[in-house]
Amino acid sequence: MARILPYLLGGISVGGQYALIAIGYTMVYGILRLINFAHGDIFTAAGFFMVYAAASLPIYVSVAVVILLTIFMGVLVERVAYKPLRSAPRMSVMISAIGMSYLLQNVMWYITGGLAKRYPIIPWISNSVTILGYTTKRVTIITPFLTLILVVALVILIQKTKIGMAMRAASRDFETAQLMGIKIDNVISFTFVVGSALAAVGSLLYFSNYATVTPVVGAMPGLKAFVAAVFGGIGSIPGAVLGGFIIGISETLTKGAGLTTFSDAVTFALLIIILVVKPTGLFGEKPTQKV
Amino acid sequence: MSDNVLKVENVTMQFGGVVAVDNVNLEVNAGEIVSLIGPNGAGKTTAFNVITGVYPPTNGVVYFEGKKIVENYPRGKMKKLYKSENSGAYTHAIEPTPDKITRMGVARTFQNIRLWSSQTVFENILIAKHCRVTAGLLSATFRMNKLEERRQREECDELLGILELDGVRNELATSLPYGQQRRVEIARALATQPKLLLLDEPAAGMNPQETQELTAFISRIRTDFRLTVFIIEHHMALVMDISDRIYVLDFGKLIASDTPAKVQNDQRVVDAYLGVSEDA
Amino acid sequence: MKRNRIPQFFIIVGAFLLLLAVVLMLDNVPGVPVMLLIVLRKGAIYALVAVSMNILNGFTGLFSLGQAGFMLLGAYTYAILTVPVENQALVYQRYPNGGIGFSVTESLGRVLGQPGLLLGVIICLILAGIVAGVFAYLIGLPVLRLKSDYLAIATLGFAEIIRAVVQYEKLGPITNGSNLLSNFTNFSNFHLGSLKLDTVMPFVFAGVCIWVITLIINSTYGRAFKAIRDDEVAAEAMGINLANHKRMSFIISSFFAGISGAMLAMYQASVQATIFKAAMTYEILLIVVLGGIGSISGSIIAAFLFVGSSEWWLRFLDNTTVLPNFNAKLLFAIIFAAIVVGIVFLVVYRQNKAQKSRPEAVGRGRKILSLKLSGVITLVVGTLLLLGDLRFLISPDLQVPLLRSGFRMVVFSIIVMIVVLFFSRGLMGDRELPDLFRTGHKRL
Repeated sequence: MARILPYLLGGISVGGQYALIAIGYTMVYGILRLINFAHGDIFTAAGFFMVYAAASLPIYVSVAVVILLTIFMGVLVERVAYKPLRSAPRMSVMISAIGMSYLLQNVMWYITGGLAKRYPIIPWISNSVTILGYTTKRVTIITPFLTLILVVALVILIQKTKIGMAMRAASRDFETAQLMGIKIDNVISFTFVVGSALAAVGSLLYFSNYATVTPVVGAMPGLKAFVAAVFGGIGSIPGAVLGGFIIGISETLTKGAGLTTFSDAVTFALLIIILVVKPTGLFGEKPTQKV
Repeated sequence: MSDNVLKVENVTMQFGGVVAVDNVNLEVNAGEIVSLIGPNGAGKTTAFNVITGVYPPTNGVVYFEGKKIVENYPRGKMKKLYKSENSGAYTHAIEPTPDKITRMGVARTFQNIRLWSSQTVFENILIAKHCRVTAGLLSATFRMNKLEERRQREECDELLGILELDGVRNELATSLPYGQQRRVEIARALATQPKLLLLDEPAAGMNPQETQELTAFISRIRTDFRLTVFIIEHHMALVMDISDRIYVLDFGKLIASDTPAKVQNDQRVVDAYLGVSEDA
Repeated sequence: MKRNRIPQFFIIVGAFLLLLAVVLMLDNVPGVPVMLLIVLRKGAIYALVAVSMNILNGFTGLFSLGQAGFMLLGAYTYAILTVPVENQALVYQRYPNGGIGFSVTESLGRVLGQPGLLLGVIICLILAGIVAGVFAYLIGLPVLRLKSDYLAIATLGFAEIIRAVVQYEKLGPITNGSNLLSNFTNFSNFHLGSLKLDTVMPFVFAGVCIWVITLIINSTYGRAFKAIRDDEVAAEAMGINLANHKRMSFIISSFFAGISGAMLAMYQASVQATIFKAAMTYEILLIVVLGGIGSISGSIIAAFLFVGSSEWWLRFLDNTTVLPNFNAKLLFAIIFAAIVVGIVFLVVYRQNKAQKSRPEAVGRGRKILSLKLSGVITLVVGTLLLLGDLRFLISPDLQVPLLRSGFRMVVFSIIVMIVVLFFSRGLMGDRELPDLFRTGHKRL
C-alpha cells in the first residue's frame, strides 16, 4: 500500500485537475455539439496570466484577476470563432476550434518568446504536508476536495436555477429551446463562463504542482481532459468528473509501474476501449435516428 | 396462385415505450400494386424501415421471395417493455444492413427526398448502380472495367428517358423542382434493378396532373420492369385508381386489408382516416 | 460523352511534364534560392498528404485526425527498410544488433545500379503505404462506426498511441526507440548523369500518387464515397455497404498518408517520432480547409501556399527589421496601410452584403452597415492597426514594431482563422481546376 500511495494521491490530484477542465468540454459539447479544442489553450493562457499578474500584483489579487481574465478570454473565443459558425456543418466548427487553438498557441509563443515561465508560488497551497508517512504538497490533498465542492455547486446550479434549466433544455434540443424563448446566446456565454472559470481554477492547482508554463503545456492535459469527458459520457458532468479521476489515476499508476513512455498512451487506450464498448460513455445516453 | 414476394409476419416495432407498429401481418404477391394507407403517425414509414432493414423489428419476421430476410425477438431491456403479442414466437435474430436487402432486390424511395446534393441527376442514378458493379477497386481505378461502366451509363440514360428527365440530366439533383426530384428518386431506386419497389409517398408535392402521370407511370413500370410495387400514399385518387389491394394502418395496427372498393366503404377506415368521401 | 475527357487528359499530362522540366531546371541551375527548392519539395509532399486526407474528410465525409500517425508508420517503415547495412550499427547505437540486417535499396542497388536503387525506393514506398494501410484496416474495424466527432478523437487517440508504441524501448532494435533514424536512402542519392534530381523526384512520386487518387475519386467507388458523404442513409438504401466503403476509403487515405510520410523522411533525411504529433495533423487539416474540402486541386494549391508562407514568404515577419531611412519607412507604412484596408474592406463588405440580404433584414430600413461581431472586431482591429501604423510613421524609430521571432506564425494563424470564418469554402470550394475553365453546367 505504501508503495502505491504516492501514485494514488498523485493520480487523484491530477485527476481532479483533469476533471475541472473536462467539465468545460462536456458542458460545451452538451449544448453545442462542439469539441472546444481551444479549451486546453485557455487553460494554458490562465497559467500565463498568473505568471504575469503575480509579477505586478499581490498574489491573492492575481488569483481573482486570473479567473476573470480567463473567463473573458473563453467568452471572447466563443464569440469570435464559434458563434458565427453556429449554423455551419459540424466539421467547420471543429476546424474553427482547431484553428483557434493554433492561433492561441502561436500568440502565446510570440508574447513569451518561447521561453518557459516559472509559475509563482501560491502560499499555503504549495506548502508541504505529510500524510500517512508520505510528504507532498498541500495542493495534492486539496485538489480532490475542491473539485468535488465545485462540482456539487455546479450540479446544484444546473438542477435548481433557471439558467441551469435553460442549459439542460439547450443540450436536449437546441432548436426547440430557442423556439421556447430561451436566449440561447446568454446560455452559451454562461456555459463558457463556467467552463473557463473551472479551467482557471484547474490551472491554479495544476501549475502549483508542475510549475513550468510553456505555450504547449496545456495541449496534453486538454486532450486528456477531453478523453475524460468522453469516457464519462459526453454531456454528463458527473461523468466528466469520474472520467477525470479515472484517467488521472491510470496515468500515474502507469508511471509508477515504470512504463512512463506509455503514460500518455494509456489515456488514449482507455478512450478507444470506451468508444468500442460503450461509445456514449459511462453515463451517456444513446439517441435513435429518425429516417 | 401467384408467388409471394413479400411477407411481413407478426412484425412489431417498439421505440422505448411507444409501439409504432403493432403485430402487423401483410403480404404482397408478384406483379401486384399494393398500397399502405392511414393517418399520419400510423407507422407506415416505420413499417417500410423494418422491411428495408433500417431498424430491426422488436419482434417478427420478414420474408422476401419466400426466404427469411429479417427476424427478431424481444431481448434485453425490451423483454420487460414489450407490449404487443407473439413475444415467444421467434428465437433468432437476423439483422441485415439495408444495403444487403437492396442487393437482394428491394428498393425504396424516401418520404423526405434524400438525393445526393453534390451530384447531378445522372450521377445520382449512376451511383445507385454501384451495388451491381462487379469490378473491384483496383480494376475500377485503372479503368479496366470500361465495358461494364459503359453499359451502366447506357442503362442510366435509358432510365432518364423513361422518367422524362433527359432535359435535366446534368443539373444538380437538388436544384430541381420538388416533383422532378421525386422522379429522380424513383429513377434511382429503379437503377438498383429491384424486384420489389417500395414507394414512400411518391405523389407528395405533386399537382393533380403530375399525380395522374405518376399513376400511369407506376402501372407502366410494373409491366415493363416486371416489378411488384408497395406504396405508401395519401393521395386517395392515386391509391384507389392503381391498387390491387389496400392495407390500412392506424396507431400501428392493421384495421383493414381488402380491395379498394371494399376499403372505401369500410366504416372503421372511414372513421379513422377517410372521412365522408369526397374524392381528392 | 467522352469527347471532352481525352483532350483534357492530355492537357493535364502535358502541363505536368512541363512543370517537371521547369523543376528539373531549377534543381540544376545555379543561383536559384534554396528556399524555393525547399518550398517546392515540401510542398509536393504536403500536397500528397493533403489530398490523401481529402479522400477521407472531403470525399467520404469522415472526419479523421489520425493522419500524422499513418505518416509516422510510413516514415518508419521506409527508413527501417533502407538504411544501408554498414550504417546500421551507427544508427542503432543504443541497441546492439539493431536494424534488420539488410537494406532493400542497397541490395537492389548493388545488383542493378541506379535503376535498382530507384526500384528499391519505389518498393519501399509502396511497403510504407501498405503498412499504414494494414494499421488502418485494424483501427478501422472498431472506429469507423462512430459518429463524426468521436471518430475524430478516436483516430487522434490512435495516432498518439502509435507514436508512443514506436518509441517503446523494447522495440528499439527495430525502431531505434526515441532516437532518430538517419542515413537511409533519400532524394539526394539520385542523379541522372550529372543532373540533380532532389526536387524532381518528390514531384514525380507525388504526381503519380495524386493521379491514382484522382482515378479512384472519379471511379464508381469514388462516387460511392461521395454518396456516403452527402447522405449515408440514402447510400445504404441504394445498396452501398457503409462499413466496407468507409473502411476502403480509410485504408486508401492511410496508404497514401504512409507514402507521404516516407517521402517526408526522404526529404528530411531523418525520422523521429516526435515530429509526427497531432499538430502536424492539424496543419494538414488546415491546408485541406484552405484549399477547399472536396477539391483535389485546391489541396495541392493550398499545400504550396501553406508551405511557401510558413517557410519562406512570411519569414521576414520573424526578423527584427530596421528600415534604412525615412523614405523606406513611408513606403512601408503605405503598403501596410493598403493591405490592412484591403483585407478589412473585403471582410466587412462581404459580411455586410450577406447580412443585408438575409430574409429578416430586408426592408429593415436604411442602416449604413450591418455586421456581426466578427465584422466589428475586424473593423476595430483594422483601425487600431492603421493608428499604430500612423504612430510608427511619426515616431523617430526606424525599427519596425512587432516584428520579432514568432510573429510569422501569429500572422499566419490569423490568416487561417480569417479563411475559416469568412471564406469557409476555401480556395476552390468543391470544384477542381478544370471546372474553372468550363462555363455552364457540371462535369459529366
